[in-house]
Amino acid sequence: MMQRDTCLKALARRRTDEIVVAVYMAAQEWIHISPSELNYTFTGAMGQGSSHALGLALGRPDRRVVVLDGDGSLLMNLGALVTIANAAPKNFIHCVCENGTYETNGAVSIPNRPRVSFAGLARAAGYQKSHEFATLEEWERALDGGLLMEDGPILVDLKMEPGEKYPEDFRRLYNTEFREAFKKALAK
Amino acid sequence: MDAAVKAADIMREIKRAGIRFIVALPDRVTSERLLKPMLADPEFRVVQVCKEDEGVSICSGLYAAGHRALLLIQYTGLLDSLNAMRGVAVEGKNPVCFMVGLLGKEPGVAPTQSKRYGLRVVEPVLDAMQVEHQLIETADDTAKIVPAIARAYENLTPTVMLIGREPAS
Repeated sequence: MMQRDTCLKALARRRTDEIVVAVYMAAQEWIHISPSELNYTFTGAMGQGSSHALGLALGRPDRRVVVLDGDGSLLMNLGALVTIANAAPKNFIHCVCENGTYETNGAVSIPNRPRVSFAGLARAAGYQKSHEFATLEEWERALDGGLLMEDGPILVDLKMEPGEKYPEDFRRLYNTEFREAFKKALAK
Repeated sequence: MDAAVKAADIMREIKRAGIRFIVALPDRVTSERLLKPMLADPEFRVVQVCKEDEGVSICSGLYAAGHRALLLIQYTGLLDSLNAMRGVAVEGKNPVCFMVGLLGKEPGVAPTQSKRYGLRVVEPVLDAMQVEHQLIETADDTAKIVPAIARAYENLTPTVMLIGREPAS
């Protein structure tokens, strides 16, 4: 089991010009760990992160799009796996931050934990590839092996638990001035 | 009764509004004469979704990437997507353009006067959410499409075009 902040820091160290769509706790931590105008956190409703990311990936096929989804969030929008697999964006990397709970909403367990397999769901939906990583060593080895450059859509199930706490910044996450700044930065 | 709106005119106006991405879930009112021709039209890229609220967010991601999009769905899907309408489109200030089939509406009858409860509540719900809407049912109504889409992108607000009957071929 990885700590979320160390897992995200491993990704941040290898980030170049990727768009990163992040939701809930991962978003609150990612904006501190890897600050960038290309962080898209304006998802508006639970479960919708991967769908926003699909729009970005289809609209900008020249850019890699990494989603930092939640396990509860993905369960709220499971059909998106089929939609994404059907649209088949090669630039789409769908990371699921699997902490097993609705952490933002009281840390109650997700249904059918731990039997549900997000990697299995993605494979069944038609994703090109899916992976599971439970240790930082495995995750870093995959990143160094070129995971971010593989043809998507790829699902990466990251098994994690909360780590270091970061200050919450809802204004940065949801204020539309940052969405417009994102839009301008992406258009450069 | 006024002549029904023509499918080819709707398609022409959607293109004139600068839309090339269609995000869709099939609806009996629009499938035969709008969605199927769109799927066959190389000027459109159609993204099929499994549930309508996905489409609200896909259109928003496309907007952030610099593209215009249309979400083509049935009114039942619109009602199912009200939280996405609230959070993604209205509060998120995303210009999501909905084209919504009013399945079962009686031709020439205002939606609020329909015999069907589900149809009667559509416009009042949109009014309560302060979302602009237009009824597209007769030939004259096609003139509403381009301005409605232009206002959505200018004001960063959603807009809903309600298709009141199956378009004519």
